[in-house]
Parts: sequence; structure tokens; C-alpha cells
Amino acid sequence: MLILGRKLLQLAVVFVVVTFFTVFLMSLVPGKPEVVVIPFDTTPGQSLQKQFREDNNLDDPLPIRWAKWAGAFVTGDMGNYYSSSDTEPVSGRVKHNAPTTILLIIYTQVVSLAVAIPLAVVAAYRAGTKTDKALNSMAFGFISMPNFATALLLTYWLGVKLGWVPTQGYTAPSESIPDHLKSMVVPVIALSLGQIAVYMRLLRSDLVATLQEDFILMAKSKGISNRRVLWRHALRPSSLTLLTVAGLNVGTLIGGAVVIEYLLGIPGLGTLVGEAIFSRQYVALQSLVAIIAITFVLLNFLIDYLYTVLDPRIRERAA
Amino acid sequence: MTATTPKARGIEEVPLIVEQIDPELERRKRLPIGAWLAGGWMVLIMGAALLAPVLPLNDPNAEVASIPKLAPGQEGLIFGADGNGRDMFARLIFGARVSLTIAFTAVILALIIGGLLGLLAGYYRNWIGNVLASLFDIMLAIPALVLALALVAVLKGNPAENEGGLSGQVILIIAICIVSIPALARITRANTMAWSKREFVTAAKAQGATSGRILFREILPNVLPAMAYITLLGIAIAIVAEGGLALLGAGVDPPTATWGNMIDAGRQDMDEAPFIMFIPIGAMFITVMALNYLGDVVRTHFDVRESAL
Repeated sequence: MLILGRKLLQLAVVFVVVTFFTVFLMSLVPGKPEVVVIPFDTTPGQSLQKQFREDNNLDDPLPIRWAKWAGAFVTGDMGNYYSSSDTEPVSGRVKHNAPTTILLIIYTQVVSLAVAIPLAVVAAYRAGTKTDKALNSMAFGFISMPNFATALLLTYWLGVKLGWVPTQGYTAPSESIPDHLKSMVVPVIALSLGQIAVYMRLLRSDLVATLQEDFILMAKSKGISNRRVLWRHALRPSSLTLLTVAGLNVGTLIGGAVVIEYLLGIPGLGTLVGEAIFSRQYVALQSLVAIIAITFVLLNFLIDYLYTVLDPRIRERAA
Repeated sequence: MTATTPKARGIEEVPLIVEQIDPELERRKRLPIGAWLAGGWMVLIMGAALLAPVLPLNDPNAEVASIPKLAPGQEGLIFGADGNGRDMFARLIFGARVSLTIAFTAVILALIIGGLLGLLAGYYRNWIGNVLASLFDIMLAIPALVLALALVAVLKGNPAENEGGLSGQVILIIAICIVSIPALARITRANTMAWSKREFVTAAKAQGATSGRILFREILPNVLPAMAYITLLGIAIAIVAEGGLALLGAGVDPPTATWGNMIDAGRQDMDEAPFIMFIPIGAMFITVMALNYLGDVVRTHFDVRESAL
């Protein structure tokens, strides 16, 4: 209970600091939202722009602006996009675009782990051999390939040359599942390569350490097959670091998604973040950054909890 | 004198321990051939970047080819010409100059600031350390690229109003530096914490050494390998970050050649002349791989543990 309370407090602090920092940062951006929304204000004394500033609380001091936004945000109101004509709630765009990014990240994590775990098990089992070294070199290659570079090369190779996948755009799964999967091939591979390398190297080194433990020797001497020892006895206690990093990487993936979504014309959260920065949509950006930061912190809580599931020793210590 | 006191026996045994050289350790201390290759590439590319203005290269912004998108090897242009007929080879070298300057300056500045904060946060285990550590964690909750993008937007401002403003390179250096600080600080802190618990630090404290002396003379030299490792990785990430920001239109303004700008320009001509995109991607890939590899060499050589979590 005490731990939960501390975690909630931590979440609150992160929320306040991150969003306040965002408000502060965006207030420094030269170029005012009213000029972006109403570029040519011909009314006397630029009254339209003034009215706009008033409507959107832009003249309030920073803390008040933040408080108004935060008060609404915690009740689920993410504010509106600045607009001269109609009101467009940020939550609408977020609801529309979030599933795309969430799917992209889930696919990426699933593909990365599905490839990295077997490779790591092979590398650890054959530690020090040619197989291990070849896998290690491959990891170096993967990790050194910027995700946008992979996306561009794949777009050229799979899209332009072979014509197997679209070079741009996104199809929602509700429209057509095969087209949806096709449109996800390039972004998912682009984001996965680096993750595969990181996950593989982490899990390999943890597995190598675990394989030297007494209980592995015990299991082997009981006559359990190597396959079973590796997958059932060694993998679980070795996966803690992997899990942590996989969770932390969601933040990196969201950052990577900004570039990849932009390059490939995929309407996701990354696209919204980029748009919000460049068109001075402060309120939208605050809400988006808050969502990303909160997701990140919540994921870390979840990982802390999963720790206790994976490793009974931690569970006993906490109890 | 056959009976020896425990203390005397200890002294006699010391040389024996020293003589036993662990073959595993010995093997690790020899530099692998890959390290020479990676180091060689970095020397080559950094040397070329440094000497670019005095090397016999074409003007990177001049149209020198008879036609745009001239294939590599023709008219004496070994990497061909880009969509504007500019010499790709000259742009690659001048691009390296800008891209590497941004990456190295940003990360080394971040290392100085973040390293210092990390040392303080790891050494002072009181409220100062806690506040600093929480700050690093909070900063890391914002995806680095999103933060960098916002910082570039802040610093660049409105292009129409930004006459005497900061140059594009300085803006990118500041943005990449700021987003690198928490990561560097966090790793330094983790390592400082580990070393602060060692006996020699306690001994130094017992001898009445000041905190400054303990931090910089006792702990810092031991944390340096970890910092070197993370710096090499950080530079690799910074080179990639410049590319990503350039693709998002938040890089150094064209026509300045940077690797990111070259990739962005090549992307438009992907259908007809993919080599324009492949060449800067290749340069970036090899450089990033070389830096990653050198980082790994430092890590294994000094047995740095990645206990950052």
C-alpha cells in the first residue's frame, strides 16, 4: 500500500514537472499561435488576433495557463486545437491517431522479441563459438542502422523496386487486414532492427550468467534436455533486464515513430507531435507530451509489478 | 624464524597473486582487429572533415556536373552528382564536417555537464542527489527526439523574424546537448554510486580528504571508462539524431551539406537515382558502427558494467 502511494506520488510529480516544462518551453517559441491561425488579420487593431488570445487564455501568466490546462486534463479534457473557425478537441485527434501508433509499437515489440529471444538463446547456448560471434556482428550492424535509413532503404527495395508494399500511407485494419499488414511492414522492420540487437545482446549476456548457476547444473544432472533447461529453467530468471529495457524502450520507440510516421505518411501520434510543434499548438502539444510521459511512467510501474511475477525471490522480499 | 605472523605471511603471498595472470583477462586486453579498422575509419573521416577546406574538393554548393543526378564515376565525380548537379563527394566530406562537429560538440558538452551532475548525484546520497536523480528520470520520460524537436522549434523560432539569430549548427548542438545530458548523467551516477562504496573511498574519507578531492581524484578516474563508453555511443546517437531532425525539417537549413540534409534530398530522387540517398546513408552507417564498436571495445577493455538501470 505504501509502495503504491509512493508510486502515485511519483506519477503526479512527473506529470506536473513534464507538462509545466512543456508549457514553459513552448512559451519560449517565437512565433505566436494567433499569427499561425489568423495570418492576415485586417480588422482594425488586429482585434481578431486579440480576441483569439483572450479566448485561448494566452495572456494569462504561465502557472495559471498550466493550471487551467491541467485541471481540464485530469478530467479527460485535453483542450482544443487553436483554430479560427471551429473547435476541434485534441482528444478527438488523439483517439483517431493513437491506435495506429499503439499498433505500430505493439507490432514492433512483438516482432523484436520474437526474433531476439530465440537468437539470444542460440547465442548463449553456443557462447564463444562462431555462431555466437556471427550473431554479435549482426547485432552491431542492426544497432548501427538508423531507423529512418532502414525505412528509406526498405521503401526503395520493397516499395519502388519490387512493388510489394506501398511507399507511402497507411491502411487501418478495419478497412482491409492484408493492406493494413502491408502498410506496416516497412515501419515495423525499420523500428525493430535496433530493438532486436539491443534485446538480443542483453538477454544473451544475462543467459550466459544464469547458465553458470547451480540450479542449471542441477537441472542438467537430473537429465533434463538442453532445450528444456534453456527455455524453461534459464530463460525466465534471465529475462528481468530484458523486460525493463523493453519497457523503457517504448519511449524511444515513440520518438522513433515520429520520424518514421512522418517519412512514411502514417497518421499516428508521432505525426500529431510534429504537427503540434511546428504549428504552435501549445495545448495539443502539452496534452500529447503528457500522454506520452504518463504512458512511459505507467509502463515502468507495470514492469516493477511483472518483476515479482517473474522472480519469486523479489516477491518474498517485498512481502 | 619459522613461525610467521599472519601479517608477514600476507606480505609474502602478495607477489604470488600478482604473477598469476588470468589468460582470459590477457586475451581481452589485446585490441581486436576490428578496433583498428573502426579507429582507422574514424581517423580518416575526421581527418577529411577537418581538412575539407584545404583539400582539392569542389565547392559543395556549386553546380559542377553537366546534368543533375549524374551517375557515380562520370565526369571525374566518384560519387556522382545530386539532384542539383552538386558534387556528392564534396558534399559528403563537407557534410561530415558539419554532422560530426554537431555530434562531437553536443555530446562532449553534455558529458561535461551531465558527467558533473551525475558525479554529484551519485556521491551525495542526500536530498541533492535525490533531486538530481529524479530530475534525470523525469527528463528521460520525454522521448529524446520529441524534446530535441521542441528545442529546435524554440531556438529556431520564426524564420522570418530570425535575422541575427543562432546559426543552424549552434541550434542543433544546443538541442542535442540538452537531450543527451540526462542519459549521460544517469550512467555516470550509477557508476559513481558503485565506486563510492569501495574501500579506498572510505580510506580517503578516513584520512580527511575533502569531498572535491575524493570526487575528482579517487572516483572520477574510475568512472572515466564508463563515461568514455557512453560518450562514444552518445556521439553515434547524435549523428543519427541530426539525420532524423533533418528529415523532419528541423535540421541545419539547406543548402548547407550535412549527412541528414543529403539523405533528405536523396529521398526525393529515390525512384530515379537512389545512389544519392544510399551514399550518405552508407557513410552514416559505417561511422555509427565504428563508434559503436569502439564503445564496445572500451567497455570490454575496462570491464564497464552497464548497471544503469
